[in-house]
Amino acid sequence: MVSANQPRQGRSDSSPVARALQHGDVPYRAIIALSALSLLGLMVGVGIMLWLRSEPTRVAVGWSLITSKEWNPVGEVFGAIPFIAGTLNTSLVALVVAFPLGLGIAIFLSELCPVQLRTILGFLVELLAAIPSVVYGAWGIFVFIPAFVQPVGNFLMNAFGNPANFPFLPIFQGPFFGASTLAAGLILAVMILPTISAISRDVLLAVPRAQREAALALGSTEWETIWQVVLPYGLSGILGGIILGLGRALGETMAVTMVIGNVSKLSASLLSPGYSLASVIANEWGESRTPMYASALLELGLLLFIMSLLLNIVARLLVWSVSRKTPEQRA
Amino acid sequence: MAQSVPIALRASVTAPPLPVVSTTALNAVSELSTKMALDRVSVCYGAFVAVADVSLPVYTRHITAIIGPSGCGKSTLLRALNRMNDLIPHTRLTGHVLLDGEDIYAPQVDVVEIRRRVGMVFQRPNPFPKTIYDNVAYGPRLYGGIRKSELDQIVERSLRRAALWDEVKDKLKQSGMALSGGQQQRLCIARAIAVEPEVILMDEPCSALDPVATLKIEELMQVLKSDYTIVIVTHNMQQAARVSDHTAMMMMRPDRAGEVIEFDVTTKIFTRPGDKRTEDYVTGRFG
Amino acid sequence: MSIPSADSSRRLIRSSARERGRRWMNIVMLGLTGLATLLAIVPLAWIIVDVFVRGSSALTVEFLTQTFRPTSIGGGGIWHALVGTAILVGVASLFSVPVGILAAFYVVTHPNTALGLAVRFGTDVLSGLPSIVVGLFIYTVFVVGRGYSALAGSLALAILMLPVVVRTTEEMLKLVPKSLREASLGLGAPEWKTSFSVLLPAALTGVVTGLMLAVARVAGETAPLLFTALGSNNLSTALDKPIAALPLTLFKYAVDPSKTRNAQAWAIAMIIVTLVLLLNISARLVALWRSKMMH
Repeated sequence: MVSANQPRQGRSDSSPVARALQHGDVPYRAIIALSALSLLGLMVGVGIMLWLRSEPTRVAVGWSLITSKEWNPVGEVFGAIPFIAGTLNTSLVALVVAFPLGLGIAIFLSELCPVQLRTILGFLVELLAAIPSVVYGAWGIFVFIPAFVQPVGNFLMNAFGNPANFPFLPIFQGPFFGASTLAAGLILAVMILPTISAISRDVLLAVPRAQREAALALGSTEWETIWQVVLPYGLSGILGGIILGLGRALGETMAVTMVIGNVSKLSASLLSPGYSLASVIANEWGESRTPMYASALLELGLLLFIMSLLLNIVARLLVWSVSRKTPEQRA
Repeated sequence: MAQSVPIALRASVTAPPLPVVSTTALNAVSELSTKMALDRVSVCYGAFVAVADVSLPVYTRHITAIIGPSGCGKSTLLRALNRMNDLIPHTRLTGHVLLDGEDIYAPQVDVVEIRRRVGMVFQRPNPFPKTIYDNVAYGPRLYGGIRKSELDQIVERSLRRAALWDEVKDKLKQSGMALSGGQQQRLCIARAIAVEPEVILMDEPCSALDPVATLKIEELMQVLKSDYTIVIVTHNMQQAARVSDHTAMMMMRPDRAGEVIEFDVTTKIFTRPGDKRTEDYVTGRFG
Repeated sequence: MSIPSADSSRRLIRSSARERGRRWMNIVMLGLTGLATLLAIVPLAWIIVDVFVRGSSALTVEFLTQTFRPTSIGGGGIWHALVGTAILVGVASLFSVPVGILAAFYVVTHPNTALGLAVRFGTDVLSGLPSIVVGLFIYTVFVVGRGYSALAGSLALAILMLPVVVRTTEEMLKLVPKSLREASLGLGAPEWKTSFSVLLPAALTGVVTGLMLAVARVAGETAPLLFTALGSNNLSTALDKPIAALPLTLFKYAVDPSKTRNAQAWAIAMIIVTLVLLLNISARLVALWRSKMMH
């Protein structure tokens, strides 16, 4: 098959264009480029579609969605602050618990653990991320809340939650019935632990050996080396891991819905039931009879999308930055 | 220091072990005191013997060079002196490494303290991504409880001794990584000096530097010699000849283990070496 | 207190308070990291044990082979949900695997182009999107006007599977020696033939593990299905109607006041967890076997 436009090249028609035309590489190259583009397109598309379909509420309610505290769909009042607050609170609790644990695990696995154990233990920690959200939720309802959250919450409430003793500490005040921001935060902590730990571990392993050797050769203990040299070196990457964990926590739906109590009232106490953006969308979807209601929920989805997108991008950039941080050596 | 009685050691399998006592006795004659001594030291990584049966003195406030072709275990030998080999899993050391007569591999010994007393400068400069000040102050800060004014003094003193003070005194808050290669290496030397070591180990310290920077460091070594005992590993023979007082020549045995085939006053090694292999090496007959 | 002076008559064994403090700090902090690791394993073991202990009581043959019956009648099972999940995941794979492999081909053959880097970055970011958002997206694109359907559910799951497939395929392709590709091209084979007849078989274990991990990722996904497949109590294999799914049924039964339903929820959890664990462990073992083969 000789294309009419084929330039004369001597004996063999080996010009790349000619070959492509002859052997069907053009469609191939187009298809793989399209497939690659589709990944990017999906991200953009999600944002666009959510934006478009949430228009009714956006137009009707405007900025008050994120400034108003009242959520009354029947009365067409859509204020998402309780959900935003709930999302942030549960995520914060999760981070406060998961960060030191995750960092500790990463340090243990990358610096201290004997090599044989490293793969197995690392794998086990990663398995925590494999358990589906809905299973965490069921476990939360029937096991974790009664066996762990309840006693812990009661303790916190009795120790710190009396307004007479601690008037400026509202976060541990009762009443407390199990399903709460605290419960959701703790379960989220277990769920994001693998993310923080895995990324921190990769970051720590990327710190050049020469840095550790320099510190040790000066007479540092192992801990001093880790704390004063290795961790500071990998700080931006570890920060990226935290932000990534935060992004995960923001979007978790099922586990949170099942243990947070689903009450759309703003409360300062971690021991009160709450609501998160993802939970309200999941819970109220079935009841959203009017187009305005549905579009409001979609707008909440848009909010979630934007928050998560920003966090993910920042996190990935931070993590990328550590692996490219090599000491500059000019002549 | 007078180069009196030369001490030629041939640490081969058939030679009798050299106990520390006899070295001291000889030292008394030669007016050289031994800061560190290796006594029949072998280092193994798992089953592989990297360094075999080395006995060597390191004289106080002198520069001892270890030379030899690549892969013959020079760095391994150097790292045995401050127990940096401990960092590599499955490493075993037999024999004794003595610092002021005490075995640094004895069970109750605090490795952290050894490494303070025996400092190290590495092949590639490896300053921390901290300010110049913080780089030098890192070591002293580990001890805690030092007043800022004292710390300032320590930093200045260390940088002066490393011949870097004049170049950086106005930019102590700048990152250590922003310096040139030669300056970074001197920063690493200042950093090592700041904890007041007794011995400074240098593992090919100039191999990543240009000739001008290299010369500066070689000059620095001559000055440092009056306060510190120095052991330098180098693949650059001319450097060893220029810089050191004593030289140990290492070679790889057929079984890939490294051994010291000759140890003597530097001038003798390079003018009238006792072993033919040494002669071949220093005259460049093989690389 | 200042640094000890360079006095060579000092002993090597230190015993000052400061030194002991540093030593203690070292031991304590390092011990804490070990403790942290142990603490992480506890919830894993706890969940797995709970799931199996509580789930096994409701796991009967009837449970696995019958479809839904209301609690008033009693009996019944989750066959409809098993079929539903199988269909959803199967169709999702049909979408995600080809697209994922093709995208991976692109990324590997154009590693330093703007698009290549953007796609790698985009894949990472895509994998971090909340699954509920993906579900909402498919709702807006596919369910509006058409109604809830199994196909919509599959599409949502496919989007979630894509980044996993792309990543694992890409990593595997990168391990294939360049010489193989150059040899094929040098013999005159067109690019597409090189990719499918030479590179893909060489990276096959990677693709397979990628598929396993992607399935494990979506087998338990609930949120996106709420807006796409909707769930159902009936057995159905139609792609254009709502369909049941294991995680959806789990959710429904777990929040149900009836104790029977709760017990059934645990049984479903057991099935899902077993599936997910098996897939993850197998994928790891395959990767290990593969790396042993290559050395």
